[in-house]
Amino acid sequence: MDFTNGPACPIPISDYPNVLLAHGGGGRLTNQLIARMFLPAFDNPALQAQHDGAVFRVGDASPQLAFSTDSYVIHPLFFPGGDIGSLAVHGTVNDLAMCGARPLYLSAGYIIEEGLPMDTLWRIVQSMQAAARNAGVQIVTGDTKVVDRGKGDGVFINTAGVGIVEHERRITPQSVRPGDALIVNGDIGRHGIAIMAVREGLEFETTIESDSAAVAELVMQLLAENIEVHSLRDLTRGGLASALNEIAGSAGVGVAIEERRVPVRDDVHAACEMLGFDPLYVACEGRFVAFVAPQDAERARAVMRGHPLGADAAIIGTVKADHPGVVMMKSRIGVSRIVDMISGEQLPRIC
Amino acid sequence: MKYVDEYRDADAAAKYAGAIAKLTTRPWTIMEICGGQTHAIVKFGIDELLPAGITLVHGPGCPVCVTPIELIDKAVEIAARPGVIFCSFGDMLRVPGTRQDLLSVKAQGGDVRIVYSPLDALRLAQANPAKEVVFFAVGFETTAPANAMSVYQAQRSGVTNYSILVSHVLVPPAMEAILSSEQNQVQGFLAAGHVCTVMGYTEYEPLAVRYHVPIVVTGFEPLDILQGVYMCVRQLEEGRAEVENQYTRVVKREGNRPAQQIIAEVFEISPRKWRGIGEIPRSGLGLRAPYAAFDAEKRFDIASGAVEESGECISGLIMQGVKKPEQCPAFGTRCTPERPLGAPMVSSEGACAAYYRYRRVTTK
Repeated sequence: MDFTNGPACPIPISDYPNVLLAHGGGGRLTNQLIARMFLPAFDNPALQAQHDGAVFRVGDASPQLAFSTDSYVIHPLFFPGGDIGSLAVHGTVNDLAMCGARPLYLSAGYIIEEGLPMDTLWRIVQSMQAAARNAGVQIVTGDTKVVDRGKGDGVFINTAGVGIVEHERRITPQSVRPGDALIVNGDIGRHGIAIMAVREGLEFETTIESDSAAVAELVMQLLAENIEVHSLRDLTRGGLASALNEIAGSAGVGVAIEERRVPVRDDVHAACEMLGFDPLYVACEGRFVAFVAPQDAERARAVMRGHPLGADAAIIGTVKADHPGVVMMKSRIGVSRIVDMISGEQLPRIC
Repeated sequence: MKYVDEYRDADAAAKYAGAIAKLTTRPWTIMEICGGQTHAIVKFGIDELLPAGITLVHGPGCPVCVTPIELIDKAVEIAARPGVIFCSFGDMLRVPGTRQDLLSVKAQGGDVRIVYSPLDALRLAQANPAKEVVFFAVGFETTAPANAMSVYQAQRSGVTNYSILVSHVLVPPAMEAILSSEQNQVQGFLAAGHVCTVMGYTEYEPLAVRYHVPIVVTGFEPLDILQGVYMCVRQLEEGRAEVENQYTRVVKREGNRPAQQIIAEVFEISPRKWRGIGEIPRSGLGLRAPYAAFDAEKRFDIASGAVEESGECISGLIMQGVKKPEQCPAFGTRCTPERPLGAPMVSSEGACAAYYRYRRVTTK
């Protein structure tokens, strides 16, 4: 290997000379980018856990802290059920919650395109204010940059967050065990379809509203009820399928789910059928999957159902010792098949 | 969900599978034409419900898969030009040309856009009079009416900056090519329900007679496909060779006449090369002379020539039902959805992609 000009790019130029949209799609190419470029470059124990956020102590006496960041580049800026502001709060709050942490503080960085109506920015800021208040977090620091017209899409927002871990459980993919039950806190795919419907000008009998919400309080309730939670993952880019594949891969276990147990709302299902999408791959912003010890599964579902954000919680499957790293799903007609990691963006099909 | 869940019922599926098993006295090979059906079969595991004697082989009905590599190269070249907005159904973007795909053109700055309808592309042309808007008109008889309509409307409304890159193919000539091949193993067909929605099924009647092969017009849900297989096996067992319609809730014998009229107005039958298979006479559509101005191949001066395909890809054999994806030595190793050797590994209707997505691990 030639190190005279620094180490070679770990993603050979022959593979992808340019970054594709799919590198940010949350599927296999995103994972490849992380595994081959970012992980080796920034290598450290907290990063290696490959969780939604890093969990660490600052000195021996400190409690465990969780730290996470996410950027929001959504178009359109406003959509049924939310906007880029509320999403920027919910997303990072949820990333911290997935570490089992109580979210405390957020930062907010704005990259604003020249010409954005001031009123639009104000609406976004107000929405962030409300979302932060509801989630029990404070936005304590921030940054503002403005880029030339045409160099941004209205506004991009980055938020980072710090939370505190107030329990002794190790909530990581590596804690997942065969036999664990998989529980989702509600119907999947609504956020992605709400966005698609606005973008494509699709109209349905009812408006499909995004599921965007902060789920930290619900997670805290699970932990307070002493549910044996082994791992948590929010179902954002790449949807349920990607979340399950990531955990199966990191934990070295198999995952088996049943299609008929996965809650999907009728209108979302209909939109997916029309657009040629599989709801398993459609993003959510207020949904997560909990991997819970089998004896606590029913109790965990009951706790979720007692919370407004878990009213439709469902046990969708179990963790298996066989087929490690692979997610299998029993189809509606009773035959099992793979649920693969998505390989690129989900593209609308031809006919 | 109404009109979908009824056709995905596990008990009814088991009943149909049982009825097919009862009917079957010897092995039969049946081809489903449409890639949408292939995906439903593999995704729901319909073939695993069938008795061992019934083999489903996967047909050429994936428009993305059969679009010749030369046309992908032309699309790539046009899309990379300044001043062009290149519009396509999403599926075409990842299909590898000789050097690159349309997604890479987009990443390098080309204005490549996914549209849901050619009429959206036409609207883009009207909204961007200084740009050339090109729509990649691929597909079978299913997409032809809307593609024809976009050209018809463009002409009527005097839009001069719109053109289509045509790669239209027709199902019956492809079925005939398969049936007349020496390698043919197909004894019965499930015809593509959506194609027949447009065209009806009178065109298939001479084929059924000439080749003594049962053809069942079939839908796309699990119970549709099981019923289609049932009807096909019953014909085979009884020695009949007729065209039957399983998909009666959608398909009429005469098809959709206005859709056929707009196709006939704008397009004419032409020879067409099929990727992996070769040229099939009278198997495609090209623009009629009065609409030649909307032909992107004529509008853009592009050097064209025959292109050597990777010898490793056996997509032609797969699309003619001679081999199955897992019989390809490159399957899942040198050929994956991220690094495809051929189009069937890319398209959401491609047989290889279906096997890769749903079948890499044996479940039994």
